[in-house]
Amino acid sequence: MSGPMSVFDIAGRAMSAQLVRLNTTASNLANAGSVSGTEAGAFRAMKPVFGVVTDQPGVATVKVDRIDTSQVAPTKRHDPAHPLADKDGNVWEASVDSAAEMVEMIETSRQYQNNVQVLQTAKTLTLDTLRLGK
Amino acid sequence: MSGVADQLFGMHGNALALRSQRLALLASNIANAATPGYKARDIDFAKALDAANQGSTVDKAAGDALGYRVPLEPSLDGNTVELSTEQTIFAENAVQYRTTLSFLEGRINTVMQALKGE
Repeated sequence: MSGPMSVFDIAGRAMSAQLVRLNTTASNLANAGSVSGTEAGAFRAMKPVFGVVTDQPGVATVKVDRIDTSQVAPTKRHDPAHPLADKDGNVWEASVDSAAEMVEMIETSRQYQNNVQVLQTAKTLTLDTLRLGK
Repeated sequence: MSGVADQLFGMHGNALALRSQRLALLASNIANAATPGYKARDIDFAKALDAANQGSTVDKAAGDALGYRVPLEPSLDGNTVELSTEQTIFAENAVQYRTTLSFLEGRINTVMQALKGE
């Protein structure tokens, strides 16, 4: 990165990180309740892990370090009538906690909004400074 | 700040630069609200302004006055950003930045009037 990090970089990159988080939440919710005939084939919830990008001491923004998949095992359900059921009559349901994902979604949108607010304030103040003496 | 600018604007020049640095610090805290292990930071503004007025550069003054925020409630992942605190201080700092701008505006108007002889 060239030059010092500005408030616009900080808030802008934080917004993209939150957007990745919102996308994974959307994928998780979309796949909630999906069923697979094998345990390995079942969908597992994804969760981004954020990391710090430091510029100078105290001035830092955020990036998505990696996207982890949930360690929670898919739910095994005995349902012989299901078209995907294996020879023992079991199916596996995606390991997605819908309530937790909804909470995550609300938190993400709040934090996205906060960064938008930071950006707006910084923009107004910069423009006011440019108008100084006019 | 030095010379003519110092005489014209006094401590308000330093104050504006420090307010702008603090804006970036608080924006960093808000940006890292969900980063595990992130420690929120802030500067002791009075201390930094004192140092800047005594001839230290603004960057050094801000660096020396940099500290960590003590959270009201520790979180499990070690993150010490409390959004309500950060947002309040961010808003306060923005208003103080505006105030400093008004002081500078007034100063510039006075000098312009003197120059024009109105």
